[in-house]
Amino acid sequence: MSAAGRRPLLGLLVAGLGFAALAVAGLPAFYESFLYLIFSWIALATSWSFLSGYAGYFSFGHGAFFGAGMYTTAALTTMLGVPFLATLPLAGVLAAALGAGIGAVVFRVKRLRGELFGLLTLAVGFVLATIVLNTRIDGGPGVYLSAVPLPRLLASPTGTLYLLGLALAVVTVGAAWVIVHSRLGLGLYAIHDDEDVAELEGVPTLSYKLIAFALSAGVAGVAGGIHAMYVSYVTVGETFSITVPLYVVLMSVLGGARHWLGPAVGATIIASSLYVFTGGQQAVLGRALVALVLILVILLLPEGIVPALLARWRRWRPRPAVALAGPAAAPVVATAPAATLACEDVWRAFGGIQALRGVSLAVAPGEIVGLVGPNGSGKTTLINVISGYYAPDRGRVTLGTETLTERPAHQVARLGVGRTHQIPRPFAHLTVLDNVAVAATFGAGGATPAQARAEARDWLAFTGLDRRATALPHALNLHERKFLELARALAGRPRVILLDEVLSGLNPAEIASAIRLIQQIRARGVAILFVEHLIRAVLELSDRVVVLNEGEVIAAGSPQEAMRAERVVEVYLGKAHVA
Amino acid sequence: MPSLTLLGQALVSGLLAGGIYGLLALGLSLSWGLLRLVNLAHFALALLGAYLTYQLGATFHMPPWLAALAIVPAFFGLGVALHAVFTYFRVTEFTSLLVTFGITVIIESVIQWVWTADYRRYETAWATASLRVGPLFVPTLELLACLTAAVLALATWAWLRFTYVGKALRASAEDPAIAAAFGVNHRAQGFLLSGVSAAYAGIAGAFIALIATLAPSQIWAWIGVVFAVVIIGGLANPIGALLGGLLVGVSESVTMAVAAPAWAPLVSFSLLILILILRPGRV
Repeated sequence: MSAAGRRPLLGLLVAGLGFAALAVAGLPAFYESFLYLIFSWIALATSWSFLSGYAGYFSFGHGAFFGAGMYTTAALTTMLGVPFLATLPLAGVLAAALGAGIGAVVFRVKRLRGELFGLLTLAVGFVLATIVLNTRIDGGPGVYLSAVPLPRLLASPTGTLYLLGLALAVVTVGAAWVIVHSRLGLGLYAIHDDEDVAELEGVPTLSYKLIAFALSAGVAGVAGGIHAMYVSYVTVGETFSITVPLYVVLMSVLGGARHWLGPAVGATIIASSLYVFTGGQQAVLGRALVALVLILVILLLPEGIVPALLARWRRWRPRPAVALAGPAAAPVVATAPAATLACEDVWRAFGGIQALRGVSLAVAPGEIVGLVGPNGSGKTTLINVISGYYAPDRGRVTLGTETLTERPAHQVARLGVGRTHQIPRPFAHLTVLDNVAVAATFGAGGATPAQARAEARDWLAFTGLDRRATALPHALNLHERKFLELARALAGRPRVILLDEVLSGLNPAEIASAIRLIQQIRARGVAILFVEHLIRAVLELSDRVVVLNEGEVIAAGSPQEAMRAERVVEVYLGKAHVA
Repeated sequence: MPSLTLLGQALVSGLLAGGIYGLLALGLSLSWGLLRLVNLAHFALALLGAYLTYQLGATFHMPPWLAALAIVPAFFGLGVALHAVFTYFRVTEFTSLLVTFGITVIIESVIQWVWTADYRRYETAWATASLRVGPLFVPTLELLACLTAAVLALATWAWLRFTYVGKALRASAEDPAIAAAFGVNHRAQGFLLSGVSAAYAGIAGAFIALIATLAPSQIWAWIGVVFAVVIIGGLANPIGALLGGLLVGVSESVTMAVAAPAWAPLVSFSLLILILILRPGRV
């Protein structure tokens, strides 16, 4: 990253030092207390977005982690006499462990949809509150921290808490910036849009979600630890109330949950406007207003304030046009040594339907094997088994000396298996360039996001999509989407490419250019498994053809041989035509 | 180990409490399963219905059944209006959760503003009436609530199963585009279902007013339990919602009898998590 690219981080540091200097110079206690609350909300809202904003798994359990932190500090300082500052890391670690533990249970539920995750995390708060209330941690009456000594970072106690809150807010927002610009952030964005495809592109989705959840919960835990000292009297009712989960969701959504600075902006706006409504009936009114704003923002400004403002700014001051890449030659990139793909006796059933019955085939480097067969014969299922999306019931798939079966899909992608999808599945909220960059980052190449974008530009030039680099996928036509699938598969530096009906729906001119492209890919020594209904293209491109019917290989050999085999003619045209 | 009588009493009160859970779960299960909208505001509506019943009874001396008769059509209208907002803004399954979360907080604030956060108790002559079956006591009102839940669940099941509107609703939930191609008017039916679901919240509210002590924060205590019931029962399955409610109710009250009352909230979540791990395809 260039020095100019890091400017936001520098700005954050300067702002942090500025606020610290303000406190050292002597700020009235009222302002220290007011600003402390804003810092605390900034840390909470920003940390919430690590998982919920970037990866789209909305958690209503942030209050539980905040509460876990509060009670860690409260229990350790009052019962065991641990110094306050020493409890803060412990509060963070405990909350992070809690988050990772919950994640390890719920993320294993296949196809756990977003709203179900939201409800489960909402339940976590109630469960934790019940446990705390029924055990010695609280037991009912609440915990007083007024006798716990507060270290003197500044002359006044509020000044000390102000500095701690400030430090946590700066570190959290800085971490958000780093995450958004790292592999983790790109992977989380990809998970947000299409988790299955992300996994197939090589994103280790389970561990990324767990890391994000643990980081998010950990920050909330530290914030809770500090806050326990700020309120100095901790009760179950206040700690685990719905306030924290409600406000963090609102602040992040208001500011823009997918932007690193969005939650901080939202937190500042809401926390300062809440300060107007304090005490008794006014607080009730304030909460209702906040809820009303939440509804209006979600309905009218779904992506949040910061992204909306940025979009307006970009329209007002258009960026200089990006220089187009040179000729559409394939980029020169190092690829792992070529290897043969082999399926040995692969079986797979779905309920009572036997989709694959002992399929064996091999694709050598630089070879194109056409895989044909009627609809429902098991072609796409085979591709899904090879790419690790389905585990076979029996049999194995190897690439060179590596066994692919029993590996999660992201490891298969990392070993050099690229694929396209029959119906294109781009990441809807990422630009065309970033769609390809995801594959370049997480595929066999393993580039940093910055290198990956440079590489992705070359692959876009190769597939003729360089003019659409900054567009979002919904702006592409079918032909462009199919080529985006190809560019994405190539950017992963594959040793094997599985092409699932790339030609269907294209017009003759587009088919001709696609065929040229596939020939160029073959020339690079990539093994290609080519699933296609367009028999003319299969005959033109394939070195060998394998014919599937009802999950079985019924013919294999040179294109002419295979297509003339008696069983094949029978399957395609009926018995009468077998001459 | 508690005595058999105590366990039997726990079973009875669990079944009766489960009836209320089932009644609350019914409307939620319908709108989640058939309209793909997760309506958190359902709980807030039920509590609002309870406070209105209380208010009408306490100040105007209106009998609860008459109050319910006024509340149910009003809530039907409210449900229709809510659905109009959802369709106008094309609210998805996920954003519906956020929007109705906001609506819930607003209704909670309104309740707190009007009736304050203090506990309210609707004193009626029937509140203490109960039948005696051998050594066990069966509170009449709770029995009535449980029976109402059973009747509504059966009626809803029959409605979905045997009438054109019911079949059309299920078809639209499976595939709106294909259903529309066969002439199903998904929009109109969405309004109807949303209204019915809100009306159920009103009925549940009337019973809650008679049986329970009211406080605004009650909304949040129900959410976890009733969502567990909905998922255990299966989406858009009225009979399942009722049975799920009874199961959760009984497990809770037996836990209270065997362990301590304060541990009861853990029961439904443990059941929920168990179901999710054992039967992940449930939702």
